[in-house]
Amino acid sequence: MRHIISILIENEAGALSRVAGLFSARGYNIESLTVAPTEDESLSRMTILTHGSDEVLEQITKQLNKLVDVVKVVDLSEAAHVERELMLIKVRATGKDREEMKRMADIFRGRIIDVTESTYVIELTGNSAKLDSFIAALDAGLILETVRTGVCGIGRGDRILKI
Amino acid sequence: MMISGAEIVIRCLQEEKVDYVFGYPGGSVLHIYDALFKQDQVKHILVRHEQAAVHAADAFSRSSQKVGVALVTSGPGVTNTVTGIATAYMDSIPMVVLCGQVPTQYIGQDAFQECDTVGITRPCVKHNFLVKDVKDLAVTIKKAFHIAATGRPGPVVVDIPKDITAQVCEFDYPKTIQMRSYNPVVKGHLGQIKKAVQILQEAKRPIIYTGGGVILSDAAEKLTQLARKLDFPVTNTLMGLGGYPATDRQFIGMLGMHGTFEANNAMHYADVVLAIGARFDDRVIGNPDHFGQEKRRVIHIDIDPSSISKRVKVDVPIVGNVADVLDELLKLLDGGFKTDPDAAQWWKQIEEWRSRDSLRYKQANHIMPQYVVEKLYEVTGGDAFVTSDVGQHQMFAAQYYKFDKPRRWINSGGLGTMGVGLPYAMGVLFANPGATVACVTGEASIQMCIQELSTCKQFELPIKIINLNNGMLGMVRQWQEMFYSKRYSQSYVTSLPDFVKLAESYGHVGMRIEKPEDVEPALRKAFTEHKNDLVFLDFIIDPAANVFPMVAAGKGLTEMILAEDI
Repeated sequence: MRHIISILIENEAGALSRVAGLFSARGYNIESLTVAPTEDESLSRMTILTHGSDEVLEQITKQLNKLVDVVKVVDLSEAAHVERELMLIKVRATGKDREEMKRMADIFRGRIIDVTESTYVIELTGNSAKLDSFIAALDAGLILETVRTGVCGIGRGDRILKI
Repeated sequence: MMISGAEIVIRCLQEEKVDYVFGYPGGSVLHIYDALFKQDQVKHILVRHEQAAVHAADAFSRSSQKVGVALVTSGPGVTNTVTGIATAYMDSIPMVVLCGQVPTQYIGQDAFQECDTVGITRPCVKHNFLVKDVKDLAVTIKKAFHIAATGRPGPVVVDIPKDITAQVCEFDYPKTIQMRSYNPVVKGHLGQIKKAVQILQEAKRPIIYTGGGVILSDAAEKLTQLARKLDFPVTNTLMGLGGYPATDRQFIGMLGMHGTFEANNAMHYADVVLAIGARFDDRVIGNPDHFGQEKRRVIHIDIDPSSISKRVKVDVPIVGNVADVLDELLKLLDGGFKTDPDAAQWWKQIEEWRSRDSLRYKQANHIMPQYVVEKLYEVTGGDAFVTSDVGQHQMFAAQYYKFDKPRRWINSGGLGTMGVGLPYAMGVLFANPGATVACVTGEASIQMCIQELSTCKQFELPIKIINLNNGMLGMVRQWQEMFYSKRYSQSYVTSLPDFVKLAESYGHVGMRIEKPEDVEPALRKAFTEHKNDLVFLDFIIDPAANVFPMVAAGKGLTEMILAEDI
């Protein structure tokens, strides 16, 4: 099962390595991890995408809670939530491909944020599946470079992760 | 008044009422050692290797209720402590390790005696800190003691750069500490405890299974009250020995890989397991799939939620401090508890298992190691502190020395660290001056920290070293004999020193005992005539002796090999 774990953690040096170290030491996998300070700069919010059975997820959340720097842990995917991922993709844009790339970006509601004579950089936001399908829709030979932020997510409505 | 960081460190230790610090000086802690020199409240115990400092601090804690403290220098000083920190971590021992670090401006530049202390120790500490500002020093040390001793206890490392110990600031030691990210649960959930009572009432084949958590939360007496009230059989893990009086009728012995026939069968076939401060680890329940074949209901009391339902699915989890939860449980039981009448039949079954006498062993021409431990028990009146190293001798000590009191059995259960025995005995003696302390060890383990004989001389520690010398890595040899067609790969210890002369060269008393009839007199002599000496008793034992019962790795708890099968 795919799970998105959100963590509020003290914004201190080494906090990230405690979380990453826990996952590797206990054999849990991290598919993506994003982290940045929250509106309260003393706290960081981390979002981890992982896969595991219910038992494994129970252990992951318990073990994360055990870390002294961790303030709160929530499995976002347990209930209604929204998730987004940002991708920047650099493509070759010459000749007839130049117009085609522009069209594809429009279809996927991407934005072209850098233009040169031969390349575009397209910014695309959405859930991971949307980013995957955008990549699949392009001619692989035209993709020069991609970079993705990994998933971040937030609970819907009254589900609030805050101290 | 402004004082230096080094003085702050010492003042913090004084505030924490630390009597002893086990350590070894070096470049980055010289300021701290200078501050130590200028006072006499905190006494420093100079060891001969940093590993021993941490082990001794660990045992100081195990044998008392206090937090053990070690002080070492940066780089190799720190890396030498890692085994000791990991040992304490695996057994949840509260300990604070203060480490020197190179000056702040040198960090990351591969300076002399620099290592990434926080990174190296991170996976084997409860928490660690790098102090970056002298103003944070006191509060960090306060946090370290708080974190080490509360919740599920564990070692905490504080890494202190040398320049921080030279800078000055006002000293203000906080009385209490609040951390928004760290608030361990103490009280158990009352609804869950009520549910547990209901299940205990219905139990027809109950067992109380307890571990180190009972010792750590000083709940041994409460456990005894509970067991008496319930009239259930009690088994202890290796870490839990002494949590319940071993000479009591309701005690059915240690369980697990080398547990008794009755304890392992009772654990396997019980319909209700009351687990208290124990974690169902691989050495305890054997193959989890085999264990899962029997239907049972499990009530699990533990302060660490992550220990619950980790290896065995639990029906009634109760997160809380064992002593507090037992208080609640006892209160509820006072409301009138009736053991199910069918439990009498269960006791009959247990007595039948017990009658197999699974710890029986044959005497031989050689000294049997079991016999030495039995005699040690007799000679010390069952009231000694016994430390052990790791291997066959550890299991013999656990099986044949009947611990009636908690904190008397001091060994490395989780990590299984050879070499702890002698430094453990040192730590015990500092925490319990004048106590009778025996270190049950083997000729291989003892050599891993043998240099501490020198520390023992310096501080006149009258430890009795019970060296069960079979000239082999006994437990390794046992596995090779049983599972590797007797290919004894590297399990012989050749070129052993003359331990008698070795002990004497350090200024101690040495004895070699080679005949069974000499065992008891030698022990009596060591514990009476040489009461105030360290005595190294080198028992030349039967090299073929093996530990039974045994549940081979991967086997089920009831698939025991008994001595009578061999």
